[in-house]
Amino acid sequence: MSSLSRDDVAHLAGLARIELSDAELDRMVGELGVILESVAKVQQAPTEGVAPMSHPMPLTNVTRPDVVRPSLTAEEALSGAPESEQQRFAVPRILTED
Amino acid sequence: MSTSITTEAVMDYDEAMARFDPVMGLEVHVELHTNTKMFCGCPTTFGAEPNTQVCPVCLGLPGALPVVNEKAVESAIRIGLALHCEIAEWCRFARKNYFYPDMPKNFQTSQYDEPIAFNGYLDVELEDGSTYRVEIERAHMEEDTGKSLHIGGSTGRIHGADYSLVDYNRAGIPLIEIVTKPMVGAGERAPEVAKAYVSALRDLLRALDVSDVKMEQGSMRCDANVSLRPKVGGDPLSAEQLAVPLGTRTETKNVNSLRSVERAVRYEISRHAAILAAGGSILQETRHWHEDTGVTTSGREKSDAEDYRYFPEPDLVPVAPSRELVESLRGTLPEPPGLRRRRLQGEWGYSDLEMRDVLNAGAVELIEQTVAAGASPAAAKKWWLGEPSRRANAQAQDLVTYAAEIGLTPAHVAELDGLVTSGRLNDSMARQVLDGVLAGEGTPTAVADARGLELVQDDGALEAAVDKVIEANPDVAAKIRDGKVAAAGALIGQVMKEMKGQADAGKARSLILDKLQ
Repeated sequence: MSSLSRDDVAHLAGLARIELSDAELDRMVGELGVILESVAKVQQAPTEGVAPMSHPMPLTNVTRPDVVRPSLTAEEALSGAPESEQQRFAVPRILTED
Repeated sequence: MSTSITTEAVMDYDEAMARFDPVMGLEVHVELHTNTKMFCGCPTTFGAEPNTQVCPVCLGLPGALPVVNEKAVESAIRIGLALHCEIAEWCRFARKNYFYPDMPKNFQTSQYDEPIAFNGYLDVELEDGSTYRVEIERAHMEEDTGKSLHIGGSTGRIHGADYSLVDYNRAGIPLIEIVTKPMVGAGERAPEVAKAYVSALRDLLRALDVSDVKMEQGSMRCDANVSLRPKVGGDPLSAEQLAVPLGTRTETKNVNSLRSVERAVRYEISRHAAILAAGGSILQETRHWHEDTGVTTSGREKSDAEDYRYFPEPDLVPVAPSRELVESLRGTLPEPPGLRRRRLQGEWGYSDLEMRDVLNAGAVELIEQTVAAGASPAAAKKWWLGEPSRRANAQAQDLVTYAAEIGLTPAHVAELDGLVTSGRLNDSMARQVLDGVLAGEGTPTAVADARGLELVQDDGALEAAVDKVIEANPDVAAKIRDGKVAAAGALIGQVMKEMKGQADAGKARSLILDKLQ
């Protein structure tokens, strides 16, 4: 398993919208490296012929009928919003001007 | 960004086609018209008040768990089958992670490398009657996003907005994304092929009854990928041409009408050609289509934004449609729209031109139902393509919507035709009756009764009128006696006037001829 570079961590932080100082970046490179090494051990397990699993229970096709159930009211829906306007969630400008 | 859009250089289309070979890829998003959303029981009604069709699941509140809509999965499989796709025996949903407030969860639940349907095709009929086969890469399930309203700035667009207001009613509505393989070999007909494909796909989805497929309301949306490569020889399907590596593509968003699909592809071809011919290179990017000006402008550049860090959705279990289910759904597929059109045209005895008029008017289903209700195909066409079509056009509505709103049904039209064929009404009376029905005065029979419209069945009165008119026009009568049957028209007109229009013109004609021959 190739180790994580400082640039990798900076890239991931950017994707996750997390601002890291230089010191934090350095620390995260080390900490994430340890985690990756641990995961790499798991990857050594013989998995040939074993189907990948994304869910611990052997279930498929859990569905519900296409029947309407009550929604929240707009007041309830917006009750947790820091800001709202015109019965809508108000959010910061999305893209910076370019 | 300034609001003025700098016009980019474009090459004349014919010149571009002489030098380059276009390759397209189309991504079509279709909202299913299920009663509820993809992963929760919220309704999907278009145009509801903002944030009234939301719940903890589609708002992404902590602890809420999604459950897949059974009907949406079945619709996805039916779409896949209609596109001749293979249906996955086992597939999963995946989280597509991004930070954009149109999804409150900070991810969109989609499918990544395990689409429910893949490897299909759709044969598309072009205007000259030839067929182009569009290869389908995949059709996968996902959910729609919320709708943002951008406040401040100079336009309603993202750039320059001060803040945004989001309505999550649409967030979570089932969406099927249908992706083509690279469409090669279309040559100069690429824009026409693109439009014909989206049109054929729309017809198919409508026949499947899985979506409203209203591009103007956004229930069907198209993204068009276009790239150019150098042209080799004259045949876009030659082995030499197909061996040329694909050029860099751009993806044009917002292409939301059939006409725009054609125009946007054509524009991008001309724009790419100008850049490449000048020695430049194409920037792989998203472009925005502007319906009003007919140009595309640069959107987000694809860099970090493309890094969606997909991973299998841990809150949903895999979808594993049994082969029994797939086969039973295959049994529900409708007749393919192209075949159906040809069959109906044959049954109705319409010419190609007549059938095209009917298709353009969107009257196929209405005529089919009217014929089923007892009218002749000719009469059904005549009535639907007449006043109702004219009024629908004047209101910029499609005929089906107009008829539904005004309350004009195929049964009404069949009833109207019946009143004519039974001899109760003549053609001009029938038109008056139709006006009455369109004005909401009731069924054709009720309108005819209320307005006292009925051909006079009293032969005595008609005969008296004929006698009177013959006596008043001895010259014309003499001509008819001499064999000039065409002159009878003048007398028929006068008889109809005498009868205040309430006579059967055919009957008047035969009475006149009987008396004078």
